[in-house]
Amino acid sequence: MADAGAGSLHGGDSALSCLPEEQELSQRLRRLYPAVNQEETPLPRSWSPKDKYNYIGLSQGNLRVHYKGHGKNHKDAASVRATHPIPAACGIYYFEVKIVSKGRDGYMGIGLSAQGVNMNRLPGWDKHSYGYHGDDGHSFCSSGTGQPYGPTFTTGDVIGCCVNLINNTCFYTKNGHSLGIAFTDLPLPAMISNQFMELLQEYIQHLFKSNLYPTVGLQTPGEIVDANFGQQPFVFDIEDYMREWRAKIQGTIKRFPIGDRLGEWQAMLQNMVSSYLVHHGYCSTAAAFARITDTTIQEEQTSIKNRQRIQKLVLAGRVGEAIEATQQLYPGLLEHNPNLLFMLKCRQFVEMVNGTDSEVRCFSARSPRSQDSYPGSPNLSPRRGSNNSHVHSTGADSPTCSNGVLSTKIKQSCSKYQALSSSSSSSSSSSPSSVNYSESNSTDSTKSQQHSSTSNQETRHLAFLSFFYLSDSEMEMEAEHYPNGVLENSSTRIMNGTYKHEEILQTDESSMDNCPQRQLCGGNHAATERMIQFGRELQTLSEQLCREYGKNTMHKKMLQDAFSLLAYSDPWNCPVGQQLDPIQREPVCAALNSAILESQNLPKQPPLMLALGQASECLRLMARVGLGSCSFARVDDYLH
Amino acid sequence: MEASSFQRLLYLLQQETSSTELRTECAVVLGSLAMGTENNVKSLLDCHIIPALLQGLLSPDLKFIEACLRCLRTIFISPVTPEDLLYTDATVISHLMALLSRSRYTQEYICQIFSHCCKLQHWHSCGFKSLPQPLLCANGPDHQTILFNHGAVQNIAHLLVSTSYKVRMQALKCFSVLAFENPQVSMTLVNGKHKVLVDGELLPQIFVKMLQRDKPVEMQLTSAKCLTSMCRAGAIRTDDSCIVLKTLPCLVRMCSKERLLEERVEGAETLAYLIETDVELQRIASITDHLIVMLADYFKYPSSVSAITDIKRLDHDLKHAHELRQAAFKLYASLGANDEDIRKKIIETENMMDRIVNGLSESSIKVRLAAVRCLHSLSRSVQQLRTSFQDHAVWKPLMKVLQNAPNEILVVASSTLCNLLLEFSPSKEPILESGAIELLCSLTQSENLALRVNGIWALMNVAFQAEQKIKSDILRGLSTEQLFQLLSDSDVNVLMKTLGLLRNLLSTRPHIDHIMSTHGKQIMQAVTLILEGEHNIEVKEQTLCILANIADGTTAKELIMTNDDILQKIKYYMSHSNAKLQLAAMFCISNLVWNEEEGSQERQDKLRDMGIVDILHKLSQSSDPNLCDKAKTALQQYLA
Repeated sequence: MADAGAGSLHGGDSALSCLPEEQELSQRLRRLYPAVNQEETPLPRSWSPKDKYNYIGLSQGNLRVHYKGHGKNHKDAASVRATHPIPAACGIYYFEVKIVSKGRDGYMGIGLSAQGVNMNRLPGWDKHSYGYHGDDGHSFCSSGTGQPYGPTFTTGDVIGCCVNLINNTCFYTKNGHSLGIAFTDLPLPAMISNQFMELLQEYIQHLFKSNLYPTVGLQTPGEIVDANFGQQPFVFDIEDYMREWRAKIQGTIKRFPIGDRLGEWQAMLQNMVSSYLVHHGYCSTAAAFARITDTTIQEEQTSIKNRQRIQKLVLAGRVGEAIEATQQLYPGLLEHNPNLLFMLKCRQFVEMVNGTDSEVRCFSARSPRSQDSYPGSPNLSPRRGSNNSHVHSTGADSPTCSNGVLSTKIKQSCSKYQALSSSSSSSSSSSPSSVNYSESNSTDSTKSQQHSSTSNQETRHLAFLSFFYLSDSEMEMEAEHYPNGVLENSSTRIMNGTYKHEEILQTDESSMDNCPQRQLCGGNHAATERMIQFGRELQTLSEQLCREYGKNTMHKKMLQDAFSLLAYSDPWNCPVGQQLDPIQREPVCAALNSAILESQNLPKQPPLMLALGQASECLRLMARVGLGSCSFARVDDYLH
Repeated sequence: MEASSFQRLLYLLQQETSSTELRTECAVVLGSLAMGTENNVKSLLDCHIIPALLQGLLSPDLKFIEACLRCLRTIFISPVTPEDLLYTDATVISHLMALLSRSRYTQEYICQIFSHCCKLQHWHSCGFKSLPQPLLCANGPDHQTILFNHGAVQNIAHLLVSTSYKVRMQALKCFSVLAFENPQVSMTLVNGKHKVLVDGELLPQIFVKMLQRDKPVEMQLTSAKCLTSMCRAGAIRTDDSCIVLKTLPCLVRMCSKERLLEERVEGAETLAYLIETDVELQRIASITDHLIVMLADYFKYPSSVSAITDIKRLDHDLKHAHELRQAAFKLYASLGANDEDIRKKIIETENMMDRIVNGLSESSIKVRLAAVRCLHSLSRSVQQLRTSFQDHAVWKPLMKVLQNAPNEILVVASSTLCNLLLEFSPSKEPILESGAIELLCSLTQSENLALRVNGIWALMNVAFQAEQKIKSDILRGLSTEQLFQLLSDSDVNVLMKTLGLLRNLLSTRPHIDHIMSTHGKQIMQAVTLILEGEHNIEVKEQTLCILANIADGTTAKELIMTNDDILQKIKYYMSHSNAKLQLAAMFCISNLVWNEEEGSQERQDKLRDMGIVDILHKLSQSSDPNLCDKAKTALQQYLA
């Protein structure tokens, strides 16, 4: 009764108190079944109020089941299924049921059943139905007669049911103790088969077969049971059982026989490593690897170096220079890939906001830092989302500016909010600021610093907003009305960069991090004007592409996201601010690299990545056809 | 290899003047030789290799020390090497403890040496401790204590978290040996005065982590052994979750078919030891993973398949067949020690009784002993004694086992016989017909205390409600001298059972008179002696009960009535502070004053003169209802 009271209390403020509980459940389920795509195959979280016999009553968030029939004989048996079937991608699935009261006779069954199995029965009595019964401790495997299985269970006991989708067995637990295998032939797809046809056949069968749902059945008055689908910690240590199976499956993978093609195998592995190094432009590493393993590299050294240089530029945020270099080294490449070009230009715009693109950097510094030494390649290696921290750590000691006087001035202005008068912004948005650009030097930027510091911040903010909304509306309309694109002009102008360095090495993002307040376009007025001008050009390019190739929602989204940065006073801490993260350069860099390789008739993806993708896709397919072992063979486990 | 070459190598090893490289090489070569046949090791021992290598450990050169340790390790793990050789010089152990910090190799080898040189002085081949006879070791403290006193626990504990698997494993093995049946070590491992913490964790926590199911089986098993020893020593409670939910299930898993035969043997033996004295653990084990059924598989080696498929497998199976059978018997014995339902389940296992009967006549002592233990456990069931024990004529092979068996078997077998001789056991009669009384009488003369207890206990059971002939047989078989020998036995158990035997012999009037007519004088002497001696309440009570029985005889009464000394003693016990003794004395008086019998008047008068009636009046006012009733009944005899 105390329980019922607590339950109603929960009901009162469910909107408030339910959330943390739900969160805890979701967290536990995610931790237990990381391989399950819950959008595709939701996990059971409660009993289904629809899929039950009417002698069954549900309460406490559909977790408590009680019997409300006559309970005269077996014809009064009643069952309820969970809301969802057990997804195969669980690998190992587990739920527990606590016997709150055994009622009159304790005729309770706990188990599994497929959808459509008669609910006027206890689990285990019918085809595709499996149960363990409390009164006699017998297990029922799709049959009216049970087999001696385990101890009886009654009020106060916690019974667990574990489905192993790897070997299609099921065992029960009582108060945290495993009772041993109960069923060995659950109707789930069979063991892993190497034959494709068999797999296909299984898959087809699977489509017609219903999955198993957690099920309980009661038969006499007073019987009450509570389910735990992960709401509470389990009594049985299921995670330890999962650990054992994870180790088993990973052991199988580790010991997978390669056979007598060992030599071939090694050559293949070497080729994979080598092609990966070449793809990402680790020129000397690739050469050293080839030397040691006595293999050859398909691509020429200069070609690799060229790609490496372009990639470095993109990763350093100097997209403008990267575009220029690409056009010089691979003429016609970007012209044939307008989508890629657009992507690069969008990125260039973002980098301008960031203050890293050379088009805006030239305003804030006499010249960008340059070094002649060979760059450290870790700086350029592709990164996954989690470890971007070391992007910032490299070169953290390099100051932004080489000019001492200037840098102090910038520091001064850093402490103040950078502002810009509305008049200057409107003028800059209407006229290209090419003059400022070409004349960039330290005196110039000092002027603009002083100038900008006189303006006030609201006006600047308004200016950006107006720019954003203007461009947004223009994007819709002008797309139709202006047939003369300015793409050719603007892009050539941009290409007229003042610097020609063989190696551009150090990025400035680290020093930006050191500065407590990062500033738009590096905090430079002229640069901001240039950026806004560039934005207009980008707008025009978008319209042109739209005319030539039809509407492209991707482009529109990219453009919108990029322009949205200007709507916030601190773009780095705004909802679209993650665009400014250097990590976002990587997909752009990868796309450009792939395009260059493709143009040279080389694979646009390294075979290693292809194999990785294939493995991931294979695991997804296994999950879909119900091969549970997929859940313990995550690709991520092998990537460190 | 010639002994001379061994000597040459040893000579070179010991030359302080030769280079360390050469000495190291010598140690390595000697180590390799030690890995050869047992004869190699014997020859090396004859050349006094151990002192030479121990001397080498004093060198400052680590490489040389490691080579010496590796060689020592190889020699000490050989079964032909006496462990005591490690303990001949007291400084050796402390030096080895000091070397533990030098390198991971010294750690590995030293731990391995310790775990092989730490044999229990009072090791029972059966691994059970239930026999109350720890043999005292003559040579001072045992190995465990020596190592413990040198700080083994503190020095080795941190190696459990070494980065090297081998070091972790050897350290764990070391603890499993140190803690086995050693409360001192076990207590220290749990907490002790100087709490042993490794990485902020208590050792039991570290052991539990090593039990995880993805850890190597060897590690799980050894860790379970450590926890088992700690539990049996009382350092961890039997209801602690690390025992109930971790250690026990782990050991049950070790019994499964998936494990190697060696692991299954060790798992079953350890589990038998863990649950031996705790009924709750026995109940949990009995329902875990179908253990009782799983154990039946232990009897199927060598399997018919292995004989056909390959000879190697057959050899392997044959080698382990005995070990498997004895381990299964032991575990069955522990499982069935206390719970009637579990006994029933065991006996219902396929061919169980046949297997026990076969086991009783196996050539291997270990198997025979374990089979008897199992039978002993099951013989505690009244129902089984009446049914399956009779159906399988278990008594026949049991009687055979009792002929010329070693003491350790005799102890268990005679204890089993005790149960089979209970009056409701159908086997009682055929056992007696086959000459059991003679056998039991001879057991009472054994030097072995347990055998004396069992012998007299069995005789007591035999005498219960037995016919005159059997009682005479017992008296004749024992001889009066032996009977009085037993009555003056230093062990209270023997005394109690002997008194019990007397009491059983002295029941029903004709038997009492008959026995008292032949042995009256001696019995009265013995009774006086015991009542005068320093004995506990139970012994005195039993003695007074014997007097009461004698007082029930027709002619035997006079032996009491004519013995004033005895009458004074009875009077004394009527006023004793212990109600049990008062009651027993009242039985005597009651029998003596019973007025339907001849001469009752004289007896009543004599007792009145002694002041008994006054005491009776006092007792009839007693608050104890039993005493009060008895006193009133006795007083009524005077009224009639």
